[in-house]
Amino acid sequence: MASVKLSESKIEELRAICRQFNNEKGELINVLHGAQQLFGYLPAEVQEVVAEELNVSLAHVYGVVTFYSFFSMLPKGKHPISICMGTACYVRGAEKVLDEFKRLLKVKVGETTPDGKFSLSCLRCVGACGLAPVVTIGERVYGRVSAEDVKKILGEY
Amino acid sequence: MAKYKSHILVCGGTGCRASLGEEIVQNLITALEENNLEQEIQVVRTGCFGFCEKGPVVKMVPDNTFYVQVTPEDANELVLEHVVKGRKVERLLYLDPETKERVSDSKHMGFYKKQIRIALRNCGFINPENIDEYIARDGYSALGKVLVEMTPEDAIKCIKDSGLRGRGGGGFPTGLKWEFTRKAQSSQKYVVCNADEGDPGAFMDRSILEGDPHTVLEAMAICGYCIGADAGLIYIRAEYPLAIQRLKIAIDQARQYGVLGQDIFGTGFNFDVEIRYGAGAFVCGEETALIHSMEGLRGEPTVKPPFPAERGYKDKPTNVNNVETFANIPPIILKGGEWFAAIGTPKSTGTKVFALAGKVNNVGLIEVPMGITLREVIFDIGGGIKGGKKFKAVQTGGPSGGCLTDKHLDIPIDYENLLACGSMMGSGGMIVMDEDDCMVSVAKFYLDFTVEESCGKCAPCRIGNKRLHEMLDKITLGKADEDELTKLRNLANVIKDTSLCGLGQTSPNPVLSTMDNFSDEYLAHVRDGKCPAGQCKALMHYVIDSHLCVGCTLCGRVCPVDAISGEKKTPHAIDSTICIKCGACLEKCKFGAISVQ
Repeated sequence: MASVKLSESKIEELRAICRQFNNEKGELINVLHGAQQLFGYLPAEVQEVVAEELNVSLAHVYGVVTFYSFFSMLPKGKHPISICMGTACYVRGAEKVLDEFKRLLKVKVGETTPDGKFSLSCLRCVGACGLAPVVTIGERVYGRVSAEDVKKILGEY
Repeated sequence: MAKYKSHILVCGGTGCRASLGEEIVQNLITALEENNLEQEIQVVRTGCFGFCEKGPVVKMVPDNTFYVQVTPEDANELVLEHVVKGRKVERLLYLDPETKERVSDSKHMGFYKKQIRIALRNCGFINPENIDEYIARDGYSALGKVLVEMTPEDAIKCIKDSGLRGRGGGGFPTGLKWEFTRKAQSSQKYVVCNADEGDPGAFMDRSILEGDPHTVLEAMAICGYCIGADAGLIYIRAEYPLAIQRLKIAIDQARQYGVLGQDIFGTGFNFDVEIRYGAGAFVCGEETALIHSMEGLRGEPTVKPPFPAERGYKDKPTNVNNVETFANIPPIILKGGEWFAAIGTPKSTGTKVFALAGKVNNVGLIEVPMGITLREVIFDIGGGIKGGKKFKAVQTGGPSGGCLTDKHLDIPIDYENLLACGSMMGSGGMIVMDEDDCMVSVAKFYLDFTVEESCGKCAPCRIGNKRLHEMLDKITLGKADEDELTKLRNLANVIKDTSLCGLGQTSPNPVLSTMDNFSDEYLAHVRDGKCPAGQCKALMHYVIDSHLCVGCTLCGRVCPVDAISGEKKTPHAIDSTICIKCGACLEKCKFGAISVQ
């Protein structure tokens, strides 16, 4: 993994998040949520700071980060695309929609386009099953998406 | 709700908000202001009405006119016609698919007729961000009754009498669980609400938290009084931002009103609630894994006993209940255990909330009495199968459940019956499938999920499910023979018998139930190399019938990979080595020349 240089001010902000939770090791997951909100992802350098602040081993932090699917060690694209792969979306054709995104963007699930514009991921149910299949890009939700719509949707960005 | 003459209720659930619900609210407010009606009529964002298929939903109160599929552009007309002139906007009323008549009151819609709403009683009625509206509908009076009039033992007896069982999937009697935790000796105990709804295709808990967050807080406080705890924790998925926001507002308001905090109702009882965030791990629905996750650890389950009732969060006695279970508590306390026990079947009392989704006409959130049949749910409430296709299967219980077929349609739904059919109640996801769904692929889809979500602690689940998935993959690629089916079944049974926690013990259910109920389909894949539903790409080929093709070139133009060649006005051909089997050509051909073989 490419190493990232964190600026002093960002590190201070991260330490402030740890302090907000009293540097309590039981609050690790809440701290990581805060850190991911701050950096967009959780590179090794961020995990090192968290481990030091909460007085736990780096391996412990890494173990927790990699256990939960919500945490990511890779940066997301400017417009993160998520395709809902919940069962309701699956039976209404989400796989075809995903294939079309993969084909047009030429990336696999979990990857980001070389220009950093889009990243592609799958998620398990946003709970808008009435709108299946569902795709979210950033905060925007697209409902009843078909493979033919994909090109037009990408064109909006 | 007193000072306004009437109200316009707009669904503020995640589904309807995704369909521009917030713009509808803003446009309604603007239209009311333009007509100087903002002092008389209030626009309220409520929780989910349940009828997601026809969302966004707008309801006029007090005349109960129920408008469906409203767009932001309709807001002006709704105000001018319905509010100002008192005329219903016919085109936005629900069209009964059978009688072809417009229906204005939801009570007369097939979707609502057979429902009984207990856990969802306030969803779609109140503004979830206003504690006064919850109180106006008997909110916090159950807590008052318990604290002032009942001993913890009385209240636990009331819950035991009701027969309420855990709605998260396990079905353990709630009253008994409370009693165990009450009996555990400790100066510190905890109440935990499990809101880590992980089943793909299920959104019951989210809808309750979004539509009626106070009911969960009230029930947790009641539980705290009963078991002797003063601290509550809600473990909620980070993927539910709206539910989290509404919960936070509710907790703040409850503290201001003194129904959470110190010396509640002057009785000396203290109770407060904190929120903990999940981070996307299905196994955390299991209570021991959930507790580890709340402690900041990897969410791996541990062997029971000790049960959380003896040693849970921070090694203290902990009572874990699911959101829907809690939502049933206040009405049971107010109306009595016998009232609740009279609904449903003798062993499975009360109602159950289901998220009805998939290939059904009326996707949505429903609450029905236990003992109702699948036929009533899918055909009467769900309005039958989309596009007039044939019903094939219904999947209940999520990745731990199984697929039931038409022979199970008339069995009354309860915990025991579903288990006996090879499925389970689960948390309430119900996915309907039609003739186009390949059951081997569906089983593989669930295994995909399990393999990804297995925590990896025990070998049967970590390695076994991976192997199951590979076998299913082989079958869908047409590379397996009949012996593979025997191996598949044997391994599935081993995983079931030897896994550590509920996730592994139930993960082979989708495989076993589809093998039992759709053995022909498995055989067609391995023996004839065919996928009867036409879903498995490796087992199908698109071909152009040269007699029917007129050479219009349309197929060649829609093909995304240029696999189709041919001159104008001469028959075309598909190069199967390039074809990605997307089906675009088949959809576009006007001459019926393209078929799947």
